[in-house]
Amino acid sequence: MRHRLRMASLAMCGLLAACVIVFASTARSQSFAGLGTDATGFAVPERGRVLEFPQDHGAHPDFRIEWWYVTANLADSDGRRYGVQWTLFRSALSPGESDGWSSPQVWMGHAGLTTGEAHYSTERLARGGVGQAGVSAAPFAARIDDWALSSNPGSDDAILSSLAMSATGLNFSYDLQLTTDQPLIFHGDRGYSVKSSQGQASHYYSQPYFSAEGELEIDGRSIAVTGTAWLDREWSSQPLASDQSGWDWFSLNFDEGEKLMAFRLRDEAAGYVSGTWITAEGEALALSPDELSITPQATADACGTRLPVEWRLTSDRLGLDIATSPLIREACMETSILYWEGPIEIEGSHVGEGYLEMTGY
Amino acid sequence: MILASLGAILSHWRRHPVQLVLLVLGLSIATALWTGVQAINAEARRSYDEAASALGADLGVIVRSDGGPLTTEDFVNVRRAGWLASPMVEADFSIGPIDVRLVGVELLTLPRGATTLDLDDAEDPGAFFQPPGQFWVNERLAAQLERQETPPLRISDEVPANTVITDIGIAQSLLGASDISRLVLSGTQPANRTPLRDFAPHLEERAATDSADVSRLTDSFHLNLTAFGLLSFVVGLFIVYASINLAFEQRRATFRTIRAVGLSARMLSLILLAELALIAVLSGMVGVILGYVIASALLPGVAATLRGLYGAAVTGELGLDPSWWAAGFGISIFGALAAGSQALYRMLRLPVLSGAHTAAWFRSFTRDLRLQTVAAVALLASAVALYWTGTGLLAGFALLGALLLGCALLLPLPLSLATLAGQKLARSPLAEWFWADTRMQLPQLSIALMALMLALATNIGVGTMVSSFRETFTGFLDQRLAAELYVDAGSNERAEAMQSDLEGRVDAVLPLWRVQARLFGEPGDIVSAADHATFRDHWPIIEGAPRVWDLVASGSAVLVNEQLARRHDLELGQTIDLPGGWRPEIAGVYSDYGNTAGQVLAGLEAMRERYPSADHSSFGLRVAEDRVGALRDEIMAQYDLPGSAIVDQASLKQLAQQAFERTFIVTGALNVLTLAVAGFALFASLASQSSMRAPQRLRSGRLGFAARR
Repeated sequence: MRHRLRMASLAMCGLLAACVIVFASTARSQSFAGLGTDATGFAVPERGRVLEFPQDHGAHPDFRIEWWYVTANLADSDGRRYGVQWTLFRSALSPGESDGWSSPQVWMGHAGLTTGEAHYSTERLARGGVGQAGVSAAPFAARIDDWALSSNPGSDDAILSSLAMSATGLNFSYDLQLTTDQPLIFHGDRGYSVKSSQGQASHYYSQPYFSAEGELEIDGRSIAVTGTAWLDREWSSQPLASDQSGWDWFSLNFDEGEKLMAFRLRDEAAGYVSGTWITAEGEALALSPDELSITPQATADACGTRLPVEWRLTSDRLGLDIATSPLIREACMETSILYWEGPIEIEGSHVGEGYLEMTGY
Repeated sequence: MILASLGAILSHWRRHPVQLVLLVLGLSIATALWTGVQAINAEARRSYDEAASALGADLGVIVRSDGGPLTTEDFVNVRRAGWLASPMVEADFSIGPIDVRLVGVELLTLPRGATTLDLDDAEDPGAFFQPPGQFWVNERLAAQLERQETPPLRISDEVPANTVITDIGIAQSLLGASDISRLVLSGTQPANRTPLRDFAPHLEERAATDSADVSRLTDSFHLNLTAFGLLSFVVGLFIVYASINLAFEQRRATFRTIRAVGLSARMLSLILLAELALIAVLSGMVGVILGYVIASALLPGVAATLRGLYGAAVTGELGLDPSWWAAGFGISIFGALAAGSQALYRMLRLPVLSGAHTAAWFRSFTRDLRLQTVAAVALLASAVALYWTGTGLLAGFALLGALLLGCALLLPLPLSLATLAGQKLARSPLAEWFWADTRMQLPQLSIALMALMLALATNIGVGTMVSSFRETFTGFLDQRLAAELYVDAGSNERAEAMQSDLEGRVDAVLPLWRVQARLFGEPGDIVSAADHATFRDHWPIIEGAPRVWDLVASGSAVLVNEQLARRHDLELGQTIDLPGGWRPEIAGVYSDYGNTAGQVLAGLEAMRERYPSADHSSFGLRVAEDRVGALRDEIMAQYDLPGSAIVDQASLKQLAQQAFERTFIVTGALNVLTLAVAGFALFASLASQSSMRAPQRLRSGRLGFAARR
């Protein structure tokens, strides 16, 4: 029986590996090669394309990959800290959408919940075309199974002003309300975000201003929480260059009101670093590779390997010199592909909290 | 000394090679039939297990309570309610001339443990569910499908026999319907999922699929085979018994000499035991090989039978298992010892210088006869006890066994009495000698006669049963297959369109609705009867209320098949619980040959109303006999249907009869084999007899009786 289970799980993993190759943020290094494959037949991001809303909140089936990615830093009434992740990935085996089982779209949901003691994660998979998973732009609703990230009645869908977010695992679940009155933030050149020196790019915007409020449930115990949440939207067809093996990604909220999105794509050389500084007034500054430095510090055993769980980020232009440390070192997403994703604390020139994702190690 | 004795004892076989052949053959045949049958059973059981594990039959499922197919919407709603469920479609499908079981799965949601398929080595997994998809089959089916037009074949030993596993979307498009047979549930489910009754009251959760019931259904079949195997083994032992006795008898002088020159009785019996063991091992080897030959010859027939009767998939291929060798040798040694124990025991007690021969044997026979009669009476008494108290097939076999063996053991008593009476009544010395001599032969002859009687009784019993089955079945077919043409439109929608099209062009259209349902907790189905003379005139009703068809047509009552009625002691007027809360009365019972499951026949209108989503993709057509051929061609051309989708009554009857004959091929073969073994036992016994009587013949010759007279 054990043998059968092993075969079955291998079978699943094998299939997933191929599907997930294109899910940039979640694959291991060897699988990441797929992200560099050419985008024949698929649409590619265009510099200067003006993103339109609410349409662009919806799916772009002509692009190979896409995601709706929410991370939330939360705390209960006793001040205990928590992290929550809600992600829906879309991957197209070929461009376009069709009704029924012949749809080339594959969907994958990941949900994570981090406490000071433990990390919970779970995964859902679905085919497009039958209604099990999908995203509609107006009213906005991203769903897979009973998980949803969707507009509440009366929400301003241009900025996604009021969303409900829920997911369920075997021994945990969460149900949060996300609200904001702030505009969207566009990364790179008006949402055209370059990912390598060879010009690979994606369309990338965020709604980093959410206030979050709701309930977590862990092993049947309910916990009321409040905090902040950050939504990332990204789609592309070839976001990685062939020599890039994985990435480290940060979303940081500072106590003084500034925010920082930063990523480091690793390759055999120095890697490619980029990010967006968001001032307290809401102005977005694209950071070029020479304006930001991201350096791994202490490592720890996590996800079956050694991972740099502490980091140093510096920028002379911003007068920034900060160190990050995780709420919990073992924040592994034990999904078909292992990766690290969890809440972090920030100290140094700026103080605050945020989220870190490490893939492809 | 020991070696010299061994040489003397074994030299007997050199001088009597025919005896050795008889002994080895007897033991091998007994071993062969038994191991062959065991091999067939083991292979079939392995196939069931494989089918169950490869298709997640041990996982819970969600199905429609009324047995109808689920929709994609049902699946999505169940997932939206938080259930971890995966859609699966399963149907019979023809690829050219090859009939397969087509199973469509959805790989992304398929629970871990639901399949043993190693889909890992697919270079491009998207190819599994992106058109044209892939067909996963085992090697045997792949070879059969080679010349057919199919999606790319992937070969895996894990795929059950005669089964094609493919993506659900691919399967649905091949079947021409977007039906889902069931949702397979993951072993662990989130705690806070919404109960089915709150959002989909027409669905229900079940512990496992009906296919797990296959082994229960086929149990009786395997028990039958086992009984046959056991019977052959017992009959084979009679041969062995006769040969061993003969060999011991003929060497009596040798044994006496060996004993007289100083070998202990103990050592002598050890030597004889070793001889027996050697012969048993040799015969075991021959037996296992013969068993393998028999099993592989019979297995395709068994596979066809099991598929035809129960829809159970059996590979029809046999592996040579090392455990058979062990079992074969074991049973052969056991058989040799069982058959030789009496001879050995007698040899041990043989007085060194006794000249006693047949007369001494006969004295011990009269003692044995008493014991035997007591045993026979005990067996017959237990048969009577079983008749009153036993239930189930196993008890039935035990009863039959006790009855047969009891009668067989009782046989020498009347024979002995008859010869005794003959002797008393004899007037001439020759007649008196004849009766006395015949009586003297009884100990040896009765064994062979008992064997022959067992085999004959079985043969006659099985023969009568099969021929009466055949008669009933043919009659049943005539009644049941009343419509001239049967059409399988492939989908409900298509069937409806065709029916309204054909209305007026034929004498009558008889829609056939069918719903799979739990009847008294067991899988069964509900089928429809249109309110038409076809049913009134032909349906084989065994027992029915007055105006039974009016009651059925009105929807207030239904008919049940004989199987269901007998199993649950159903009586007319009683109500029956059907899915969807329907509780009609039972207005009649009809015969339903070959159906292992319960069945309910309901009025067409009632079916339409109660189970609107039921499968009704097939229908019957009444038409004048001379128009059948033309109409069939016309329909095929007009609706672009394959030949297999529209069958006329005559070919359907022929098909059914073929299936019937196939069912009993194995029975017939085993029947003949058993009888052959018994005949052989008689021959062995007579051979032994004639050699033992040589001195008497000599004596009577000296007294002046010519050998021929």
